[in-house]
Amino acid sequence: MQLQSMYQDIILDHYRNPHGRGLRDPFEAEVHHVNPTCGDEVTLRVHLDGETIADVSYEGMGCSISQASVSAMYDLVVGRPVTEALATGESFVALMQSKGDPAVAERLEDELEDAVAFAGVSKYPARIKCALMSWMALKDASARALAAPTTVTGGQA
Amino acid sequence: MTQTVSRPAAGARKQPLPLDVEAIRADFPILSRTVRDGKRLVYLDSGATSQKPRSVLDAERDFYENHNAAPHRGAHQLAEEATGLYEAARARIAEFIGAAVEEVVFTRNTTDAINTVAYALSNAATAKEPSFRRYAVGQGDEIVVTQMEHHANLVPWQQLCERTGATLRWLGLTDDGRLDLTDLDTVVNERTKLVAVTQQSNILGTINPLEAIVARAHAVGALVLVDGAQSVPHQPVDVAALGADFLVFSGHKMLGPTGVGVLWGRYEVLDALPPFLTGGSMIEVVRMEGSTFMPPPQRFEAGVPMTAQVVGLGAAVEYLQALGMENVQAHEEALTAYALEQLQAIPGVTVIGPPDTVARGGAISFTVDGIHPHDVGQVLDDHGVAVRVGHHCAWPVVRRYGVPATTRATFYVHTGYDDVDALVEGVRAAQRFFGVTPEEATA
Repeated sequence: MQLQSMYQDIILDHYRNPHGRGLRDPFEAEVHHVNPTCGDEVTLRVHLDGETIADVSYEGMGCSISQASVSAMYDLVVGRPVTEALATGESFVALMQSKGDPAVAERLEDELEDAVAFAGVSKYPARIKCALMSWMALKDASARALAAPTTVTGGQA
Repeated sequence: MTQTVSRPAAGARKQPLPLDVEAIRADFPILSRTVRDGKRLVYLDSGATSQKPRSVLDAERDFYENHNAAPHRGAHQLAEEATGLYEAARARIAEFIGAAVEEVVFTRNTTDAINTVAYALSNAATAKEPSFRRYAVGQGDEIVVTQMEHHANLVPWQQLCERTGATLRWLGLTDDGRLDLTDLDTVVNERTKLVAVTQQSNILGTINPLEAIVARAHAVGALVLVDGAQSVPHQPVDVAALGADFLVFSGHKMLGPTGVGVLWGRYEVLDALPPFLTGGSMIEVVRMEGSTFMPPPQRFEAGVPMTAQVVGLGAAVEYLQALGMENVQAHEEALTAYALEQLQAIPGVTVIGPPDTVARGGAISFTVDGIHPHDVGQVLDDHGVAVRVGHHCAWPVVRRYGVPATTRATFYVHTGYDDVDALVEGVRAAQRFFGVTPEEATA
């Protein structure tokens, strides 16, 4: 059965018990990303402390891959400088483009931690966008947060 | 209320199928391939696009190998033959839907056909030729659609309204997946210029009561466009019986090639519409100062057409005619009855759309508690079962029923009970895989 190669236990664990889920204050930017081919969506907020990501909070609906991906991303990026977090995002994109090449997953294992479990997704072109949605939202929100003049609390961006 | 689910015995409700599934499968080369490490291909996605029988592939190949030329131009023998084959296909398709030959316009697909009408209606407002202004849409006019429409029969009308200042109105849906016609007489009124409605929902499977809608629309002088993308491939459709002004459908959903669709229009209506796309083939006289246009159908067929695809669609229609559309419909109805019963017997499965076969086609959308449709689709794919997941280009419908997306199975002439059984087993496998097998209710 090929299914296990995509649905690693780590992924199903993140899906069932997502880390960091829920929208929180304060934040400097909030973005809403949708996947127009399937209707998956995520609302994601970024709170910066200087140039460090102090918090990422999110709500969304979608398949196990998209929901587990945002949870694993939360673990990877909170507490890290924006530039480092986005570089990790680039590594995740590289993993998604690896077409299941084990050498790529091996090279990125230390950097991507739990997120390396998504290597199996790269063999299913239709699902790559599910795994990438949250990372695209983070990139977008971080750019806006860096450009934002003020922190928002208790309201909508 | 106590609900008990009685499990049907294996083989329950399997009516004899009108079509010889094994013989038909032998006509479809793709059905002999395997997927995902040797699994038999169980293709339940004909609603997205159908597979093609060998006769359609042969017709296209024969055209290119032996007759290829641009139709309706050229003085050579190949041009004559290409024109003959192109027009013979038009005649066959016209016969298939009970239309006059000159009422059949070839388009790229359903989407293209709908846009051709939508742009003609806004072009009418600025047409220099007074005879083209009859159906002009403008401020104060209303266009009516339904909440059940595919994006292809919704977005072009939204855009028409934005271009012209007209107002878009719509008929809603009932909880059981049918059109809510209680306010038909107010939504369709003397301001209505056109009603665009699907004959069979691509997501719910619902077959709509078009008689009532056509009667009301015509009573107030409005045109009616019927989206036949999911009906023409699956049931007998006769434009005279339909009574509408336009019928649109796609070749690739009815065993034909991609890149060809049909806009049927009542001749007097087509003749009063200005063109959408302009250029070669559709003109009468061209001068630097301006041009005049051919009568329908050529007025709406600018450029060298998709000739081989039209010929292929002609072969597809011939294949369907040999099976008999009554048989195709009865075949799918038997499969649908069985599939609805089997799926609804699985605890945690909810069918989105009519729960039985009354006024219903073979598109079955469903959700599985605790598993996102994409994940259901992935497990099915692992079993060799190809289905569609997502919002099926009908986002307002999934929103209406409060689900993020659905899994959809659709049937066609090569579908057998074994395919439905594979679907049902795949859904149960998904429940096991994701650990969400609910307690089975006992009768």
